[in-house]
This record gives sequence, C-alpha cells and structure tokens, in this order.
Amino acid sequence: MSKKVLESININKYFHTAQTQHVLKDVTFSVNAGEFASIVGKSGCGKSTLLYILSTMDTDYEGELFIDEQAMRLKTESELARVRNEKIGFVFQFHYLLNEFSVLRNVMIPGLKLGKYTEKELEHRAMEKLKIFGIDDQARKMPNQLSGGQKQRVAIARALINDPLIIMGDEPTGNLDKKNSEIVFELFQKLAREFHQTLLIVTHDMEFAQATDRVIEMDDGKIVKSEK
Amino acid sequence: MKYKLIADIAIALSIARWRQTLIAAIGVTFSITMFIALLSFMNGLNDMLDGLILNRTPHIKLYNELKASPEQPIQLTSGYKDHYHFIRSVKPNAGRPEIYNVDPIMNTILKDDRVIGIAPKISTQVFYTIGAIDLAGVINGVDVEAENKLYYFSTYVTAGNYIDLKNIPNSIILGKAAADKMLAKIGDVIQVTSVTGEKQQLKVVGYFQSGINDIDKVQSYTSLNTAQKLLGESRNYITDLQVKLKDINLAPAMAKEYSALFSVDAEDIQTANAQFETGSNVRSMISYSVGITLLIVAGFGIYNILNMMIYEKMDSIAIMKATGFSGRDVKYIFIMISLSIGVFGVVFGLIFGFGISSIIDQIPFNTAALPSIKTFPVNYSPKFYIIGATFGIFITYLAGYLPSRKASKVDPVVIIRGK
Repeated sequence: MSKKVLESININKYFHTAQTQHVLKDVTFSVNAGEFASIVGKSGCGKSTLLYILSTMDTDYEGELFIDEQAMRLKTESELARVRNEKIGFVFQFHYLLNEFSVLRNVMIPGLKLGKYTEKELEHRAMEKLKIFGIDDQARKMPNQLSGGQKQRVAIARALINDPLIIMGDEPTGNLDKKNSEIVFELFQKLAREFHQTLLIVTHDMEFAQATDRVIEMDDGKIVKSEK
Repeated sequence: MKYKLIADIAIALSIARWRQTLIAAIGVTFSITMFIALLSFMNGLNDMLDGLILNRTPHIKLYNELKASPEQPIQLTSGYKDHYHFIRSVKPNAGRPEIYNVDPIMNTILKDDRVIGIAPKISTQVFYTIGAIDLAGVINGVDVEAENKLYYFSTYVTAGNYIDLKNIPNSIILGKAAADKMLAKIGDVIQVTSVTGEKQQLKVVGYFQSGINDIDKVQSYTSLNTAQKLLGESRNYITDLQVKLKDINLAPAMAKEYSALFSVDAEDIQTANAQFETGSNVRSMISYSVGITLLIVAGFGIYNILNMMIYEKMDSIAIMKATGFSGRDVKYIFIMISLSIGVFGVVFGLIFGFGISSIIDQIPFNTAALPSIKTFPVNYSPKFYIIGATFGIFITYLAGYLPSRKASKVDPVVIIRGK
C-alpha cells in the first residue's frame, strides 16, 4: 500500500452564526500518494469547507489532520504557512495571479518564498512547468495580457513550482468555458498519469469527477461514498 | 533571499500605485521640511531674543545692596529673645556701595575652573546737563576689553569704535536715544554731573543701542577709570562684579557659594531673568508641537493610502497566504512600503528643510531694536534634523504598522470563498 499523503480523522466543523450549524460530521478519509481524487456533492454539502480545512488555511475545526504523516492540529500560523508553501499546491476557481508581476515571476514566487533553489534555477524550473502546459511563450507577458484559460494554466504551473505532495483544487474549472475546462482537465490527467502527482479536486461537475480515479461523494457534511 | 522577495513585492506594489505612494511621500517631505524650517527659525529667534537679555546679563552678579540692618537692637536684648519683633528703628547706614577687597575676590574667582571670566563694573547715577536742564541717567564704568569679550559690547555700539572708550581719556559712549535727546554728535563734548556734585566734561566717541529703548534713553558707558574719576574714588572702587560661567545651570548654586564666601550679595541669572527662560521654553514647545502635528497628519496620509492598498490587494494577500506566506511576511511587506515612503520623505524633507532655512536666513530683517541683526536669524542645530528624522521614521512606521497588522490577519479562506 502506498504512502498516505493526507489523512483526516473525525473532523467536525461548526459555523457559529445566528445558530450553530454542524457543517462537517466526523469526516474520516485519506488520500494516498499518486491518487487523482475528486470530491463531489451538492452545493452547501461542505465539500469546499472540508478542502479549506485540509489545506490548513482554516484552523477552526475539531479532529485530527495529518499531512505527510505530520499532525497539523497544534502547528503555529507560520509553521502552517511553511507546510502550504512546501507540500501543497493550490488551484482555485479564480486564478489569483499578481498583476504586478510577469507570468514567469508569478510562477516563481512560491519557490522564492521556499528558498530551496537559487533564482536562476527557479527560473529554469518555472519555464519547464510552463512548457508542460504549452504556455512558455507567454512567460514574459503580464497576467492581464492572457486569456482566462491561459491564466488558469499559469495558476496550475504556480501550484507545481515547489513539487508539492498534493495539489488541491477548488472548482478549478468553474470559471472556464467548455473548451478551456477540457484543456485544464486534460492537464490534471497528464499530471496524474505522467508525473504521478497526487490531486484532490473539489467539483460539482459530475462529468469531470467520473473521469478521476476516485470519487468521494459528500452529502450534508458526511462522506457517503468513497470508492476506489 | 527571503527579504529580497519581500522587498521585491513591496516595490512592485508601490510602483503599481506610484501616484498614491508619491503623494504620501510628498506629505512626509512637506511636514519634515516645515518641521525643520519652523524649528530652525523659531530657535534662531529664540536665541536672538535670549541673546538680547541673557548675553548681556551676568550669570552671577556680585554687589553690595543697601539694606536695613538685619539685626535690630531689640533682638540683641536677651529678655525679648523669644518674642516677635516688630520694632524696627535702625535705618540703613550710609554704607559704601563698592565691593570690599575687590582684588582678592577677583583673583579667587578667576582661579575657579567653572568661570569663563569677570567683567568689573561701576554703576552710578548721573545727570546729563543739556543747556539749562539736567537729565537723569546711569553711567556704567566698564573694563572695555572684558566687557566686549564676555558680553559682546561691540555688537551694541552702532556708531563709533568701542575701543576708543579705553584709548581716549574722558570719553563716553551714549545711549542712542539719550544722544538724540541731547543732540550730541560723535566728537562733541557733553557735561555730566555725578550724584556727589562733581562735574566732568566727557567726549562722545560712539552710540550704543541695546534694542530696548528705555535702556538707551538713560544708559551710557565710560571706562572704569573715567567712572572712578567722576566719583572721585580710587582705582579699586568697583560696585559690581559680573561673572560669566561655563555652565549657566550652575549659577544659582554658585551665587549662594560666592555670597557666603565673600559676604557680598549675589544674584544669579535665573532669578534675575526667570521670565526669559519661560518664554523660550514656551516658544520651543509651540514649535515642536506644530512640527509634530504636521508629522502626525502626514502619518494619517500614509495610514490611509496603505489601508486602501490593502483593500485593493486583498486577493493578492489571500493568494500569498495560500501559497505559503505567513502573516508576518505579509506584515513586513506593508511595513516595508510604509518605511520606504518614510525614508524617502524624510531624506528629501531634510534637504528641503535645510534649503528653506537657508532662504529664511537670507531675508533681510532690519529693526531699530536689534542693530546687530541684518537678516532673519536661523539656528542650524543638527539636533532638529536628528529629531525630525527619528520622529518622521517613527511616525511612518506606526502609520504602516496598523494597516500591516490588519493585512497580516486577512483570512484567505474568507477572501477566496467569497469569490
């Protein structure tokens, strides 16, 4: 059995607004290295909430979370930032590129933050990542000169720069048209097949989900199906 | 590496909003400029006004005051020793106004390390005789060289040469207002009558102008010799010893010490001119508070601009946090922006402040009251530049700190899910 990249044990989450709402109920599951998994469910079932807890950005939960077999529960804010920097790559619905920097620089920033490679090496690595997605010719442009699909591909390249253990996506194709959605999906597949990248994608697009290796279905804060 | 990245991001953010950044920096520049100019000018004026009185006032004045005997006869009677005495009958006797044993006293004081020098003086009432009327006045017999060295005598002599007072026997430098009244020109001879009735012809060799008209109306200067001759006294007749100290703050303590040591009366400058020090302090306080208010206003400018930048860049902050920047990194980015604005503003502010001070220094300023001043006075003390720079940086840091802390607390989940 391959290594567990991500494991959650009995995660519970409450929203405390006008009345307390129990949004995640004893969520227990794990993701193994090399898996291409998707989380599906109706809107409001808690799938995004779960993803943000798994991503370490949301720390207001009960239960245990292990990333790379390390407990996240008691880590400080800056330690968690380091974990996100080193081990997790993010792709969101929106690209979130920094308009002040070129495409290449945007891809490099998380790498510069990690400081594992020199700037020269990082530039080379960033170019390679862009090449995978066929947008290396756009490297010197500013993000606002790119199309929506291209921007999302840059965002994926940025997620890959530190060779993360896992890539998490929150509706990464939600903002794109049919054609671009397909391109992005193919890219995820390519990453899973050719680079054995672990991926965990939240989506409401069943077509997308069916094409992944494993579909985790959620309903009303619980995992109802977690087939392999 | 890490700081370089933070600096890169800070620079990129400032350049993206360069207009606002520049305006914030100009705000700081302007306030530092005004702070420097205001303080330099204010303190220049302060120094001038202080100089008007303080430079001419001895730090310690030793003299003999005419006063009633402190021991009245009834106190000496043993039978009434413990009683309250209100019978006082012994009037001041016709004591001598001069200081006894003036030479040994001067020698002792001159050996004191804390003392810069002594200018002996004879102060006496006279009448200037103009035609048929007598005009009351005061003649100061001074040691011309000591007076000039310690109290800048020559500065106040507006016509004629002050040293003539020493070189020409029986000469007098008249107060300008008194001279005008007597129609006495330089080279004229005037007649002076002392309180004892001695008459003396004195040659006018110059005018002096103190800046205080009431003084100029009555006072005039002669050499010690001339004054002694006028009074018919010997050459060790001295009524006042004016002591100048290295440290003015020692004056009250040393006045007491000398008073006890030489059994003379001693008055220190703080007692004599308390109101001047108060005036200077209040003026300094006002200029500091105006300067600091300007800086605080500039600080609010920076605060505003950073706040706006943070609202605009919420998304960028969220993604930076998502990709591994900690709250502290984000805070450093915004503090760095604020500090760069501050440093830029302060450097130019200091330069412009110096420029404006120099311009003020060139503006002609002629007033009858202050003959020695030709342009507005400016004090170029580096103290103001250091205070301005330190305070400027501190305020910009503070103005940056509050928004940065807010930026560091941005919750990326809220921003990203809110989309």
